[in-house]
Amino acid sequence: MNSDTKNIKKLIIDQSLELDCGKTIKDFPLAYETYGTLNKNKSNAILAFHALTGDQFVTNINPITKREGWWTFAVGPGKAIDTNKYFVICANVLGGCMGSFGPKEINPETNKIFGTSFPVITIKDIVKAQKFLIDHLGIKKLLSVIGGSMGGMQVLQFVSLYPEASLSAIPIACSASHSAQNIALNELGRQAIMADPNWKREDATPNKGLAVARMAAHITYLSKQGLQEKFGRKLQDKGSLKFSFDADFQIESYLRYQGSAFVDRFDANSYLYITRAMDYFDLEKQFNGNLSLAFKETKSKFCVISFSSDWLYPTSENKEIVIALNACGANVGFVEINSDKGHDSFLLNVPEFLKTLSEFINSTYSEMRNEKRI
Amino acid sequence: MKKEFEVIAKIIQSDKRVLDIGCGDGTLMEYLKKNQRNDVRGLEPKKDLVQKCISKGLSVIEGDAEKELIQFPKKSFDYVVLSQTLQAFIYPEEVLNQLLRIGRQTIVSIPNFGYWKVRLHLLLRGTMPVTKNLPNEWYNTPNLHMCTIQDFVNFCNKKNIKIDKSMCLTKEKISEITKGNMKYKNIFSELGIFLIQ
Repeated sequence: MNSDTKNIKKLIIDQSLELDCGKTIKDFPLAYETYGTLNKNKSNAILAFHALTGDQFVTNINPITKREGWWTFAVGPGKAIDTNKYFVICANVLGGCMGSFGPKEINPETNKIFGTSFPVITIKDIVKAQKFLIDHLGIKKLLSVIGGSMGGMQVLQFVSLYPEASLSAIPIACSASHSAQNIALNELGRQAIMADPNWKREDATPNKGLAVARMAAHITYLSKQGLQEKFGRKLQDKGSLKFSFDADFQIESYLRYQGSAFVDRFDANSYLYITRAMDYFDLEKQFNGNLSLAFKETKSKFCVISFSSDWLYPTSENKEIVIALNACGANVGFVEINSDKGHDSFLLNVPEFLKTLSEFINSTYSEMRNEKRI
Repeated sequence: MKKEFEVIAKIIQSDKRVLDIGCGDGTLMEYLKKNQRNDVRGLEPKKDLVQKCISKGLSVIEGDAEKELIQFPKKSFDYVVLSQTLQAFIYPEEVLNQLLRIGRQTIVSIPNFGYWKVRLHLLLRGTMPVTKNLPNEWYNTPNLHMCTIQDFVNFCNKKNIKIDKSMCLTKEKISEITKGNMKYKNIFSELGIFLIQ
């Protein structure tokens, strides 16, 4: 994979961070990117959290992968999250492979990459590391914290850890605790990586295993209807079946492409660590089985968003968050967006979704400015 | 804003917490928030209306009152508002019980099936009444449990629900319902608005 991450923006965090696993880390890098301009009173900052395979390059062309950022259609000048108005911050998660402290970094004690000797990290650790960045930027109160999927989990963890730190919160297509099905699917991906004979070898990378993990995961991001409409039983070459195990069907070839494109930009061990962090996420358990206690102190205004065809983090799981917020009297709005694009909807151009995002953020911002004027 | 909402807004004291069930496009919520500094939340089953509310900066949850009300804690709002929707629920009594549980006070408005035009329609034409307040035909009306002002008052008495205020509305005119004028109001009012607990 591409590894030229030296020239990207990084903050070396010189404070110590005690991880959930018991280990303490210090002087570690957190790679990040920002878009737009922070205003004078630092009141227009939005912290976006990326999902499992995302990175800090939210929009424009990613300088490392040379592809468009994961939220290019949503973030930028004049877009739903308008960088003419807002200052958008995104950090590569701890354990990631786009410059932040992760398993592909060199362990100074051994001079070799950490690999699986990297400490197991959690969503809480990931969020705490990013709070250092927000403090470093001198932002006392974010306008919003936003993210989909694992990004949504970080939103929930963030408001729970720092109830005063954000005016609003937008958890999208996520869950407050990973379900058995979620864990099972992640385990499938990890086992695919670990079954690759190249895994743990210093001179090779488990590309085949990682590609299979990505293929399996990619299916979970789409809906049955979406797949059927896009691919159906269409054949790759117009002719007939080849009576072999080549990619006869378009869906096969599409998945193979997704798998092979992924290994160029992602580290297999990062995949293990980040999926583990997701599996360990159980906000309810952090509060002894009462999720609403997680939000007891929060003053944030919430907008919870789910998608009708998302079966990975279905509406029912998003609603659990809404119910917990209501139970503690928090300020919450909720809408399920109609889309046949499955879990991936939050990464695609779904107009109703983008409209809801921009209107929620804009109304929160103008309300805040009006209050300050009074 | 329609007259009914003006009446409801007048009943609600400023700075209080309000839950608007079936809040529609958030007209009442917006008014309460802007003019009376009420802390307002809404529940609305239609996606497009929820999105409209969110765009106005209103915190509205998409959902069906018959399923969603259970999640709100006891007495978590000073007022719960239900405008002309009670008759559309499958189990109106259960919804009403939930409203009384969640709100310190509950404001319910009902289209009056005892209104003289409704009575006359059925009497003379022999078909299900279609009026300004009840614009649908029997086969496509969302209204499953129509009642009259008298029915609602009888119901409250039977269930020991305290009526703090009862108002009625006819052609934009507001008046109070008393024991003395009950029979009269039940014939000449289009809408009943009750503050109960």
